[in-house]
Amino acid sequence: MNRQQALFEYLLRLGDNALILGQRLTEWIGHAPALEEEMGSANIALDLIGQARGWLAYAGTVEGAGRDEDDLAFQRDVMNFRNVLLVEQPNGHYGDTIARQYLFDAFHYPLLTALSACTDQSIAGIAAKASKEAAYHRRRSAEWVIRLGDGTAESHAKLQQSFDTLWPYTGELFALDEVDHTLRRTGVAADLTAVRREWHEHVTRTLAGATLVPPQEGWMQSGGKQGRHSEQLGYVLAEMQFLPRAYRDARW
Amino acid sequence: MPAGSNTQRPLEVTPAQVQAWLEAVADPEIPVLSIADLGILRDVLCRDGELVVVITPTYSGCPAMHAIEQAIGAELRRHGVEHFHVHTRLAPAWSSDWITAAGRRKLLDYGIAPPAQSASGRREPPDGEPRVACPRCGSAQTTRISEFGSTACKAFYRCGDCLEPFDYFKCI
Ligand SMILES: [Zn+2]
Repeated sequence: MNRQQALFEYLLRLGDNALILGQRLTEWIGHAPALEEEMGSANIALDLIGQARGWLAYAGTVEGAGRDEDDLAFQRDVMNFRNVLLVEQPNGHYGDTIARQYLFDAFHYPLLTALSACTDQSIAGIAAKASKEAAYHRRRSAEWVIRLGDGTAESHAKLQQSFDTLWPYTGELFALDEVDHTLRRTGVAADLTAVRREWHEHVTRTLAGATLVPPQEGWMQSGGKQGRHSEQLGYVLAEMQFLPRAYRDARW
Repeated sequence: MPAGSNTQRPLEVTPAQVQAWLEAVADPEIPVLSIADLGILRDVLCRDGELVVVITPTYSGCPAMHAIEQAIGAELRRHGVEHFHVHTRLAPAWSSDWITAAGRRKLLDYGIAPPAQSASGRREPPDGEPRVACPRCGSAQTTRISEFGSTACKAFYRCGDCLEPFDYFKCI
């Protein structure tokens, strides 16, 4: 794997994480438990999709095959997506969505902060912008974890179950492969060990504040970053890609 | 990238003149503010005989950016400028500190609480909640209802004294 291929893969991972989680959040529009949460979900989705646009546009430039961000978002098949499995998991009840969001936000913020100092100026620019947004996302989702976890007996039990179910998807966030190793040498990829340290510290503190028990460490799911996805992603793409695939030349 | 016709002709206007025209272009979401008040309009320059307008988005997914580009194009064409390029600059990232003093005053008059603290002066991520004064009565007894208000750049608050809800322009 040469540097250009590694960079393309790395940018797809960043872009696809933001795109798929953003798309998942839009599924709440018209269904959220409160109007404020509907606006919150929609606005976070907007931030994430805006970030995805930045990453995927740059990925297209790096690839040099004439694909733009729309081509990459709407014309790729499931096995060409590089998002982590966590973000494609279904919305479930609102507690499931909050747990998924928090586990991702707690990773996303330190990752983007680290990438703000990246030797690649394009990555540093997108990350510096996005990290400011991710700081708000993490604050909001952490507050909800505490509110639901330290809420009623029912909300507590449900949220604990949400974390137990999603926990096996957190290992993949920090798993290193050839893409990371190739880019680490030139100071492009973030140091995921340091990101993990901050993630772990924040998650431990938030779960304690929410009176939730940290799930037991065990076997971790993986494969999303290499294109091996759960069946969930196919449904997300079917909805997201239908129009631009059925009507190739459709324009707003 | 809105561009005018391809006729290459020497620039007859100065960047300062163009800057003055564009300072009147309103933000589509908060129309009492201009793009200059918000700090979105970063620069107007002349490069190889072409007029370049540099803008920086407030948020990555700000849906107003496209409308702003169009409004800039319309304003330039109204003044007879056909050949120009609107460039989106990401770095340095937009900060609420770039909102001008006039912009902050206009926000307050419009009923939106301006950003409370300096984003650049703060090292820590905003895990703490800023103290926000009510734009109607000035009371400090306010509570945040939602991290996100009507747009991504605003949070939703309520005043404990006059009981009115209001938007707070977030500090980023
Ligand atoms: Zn008041």
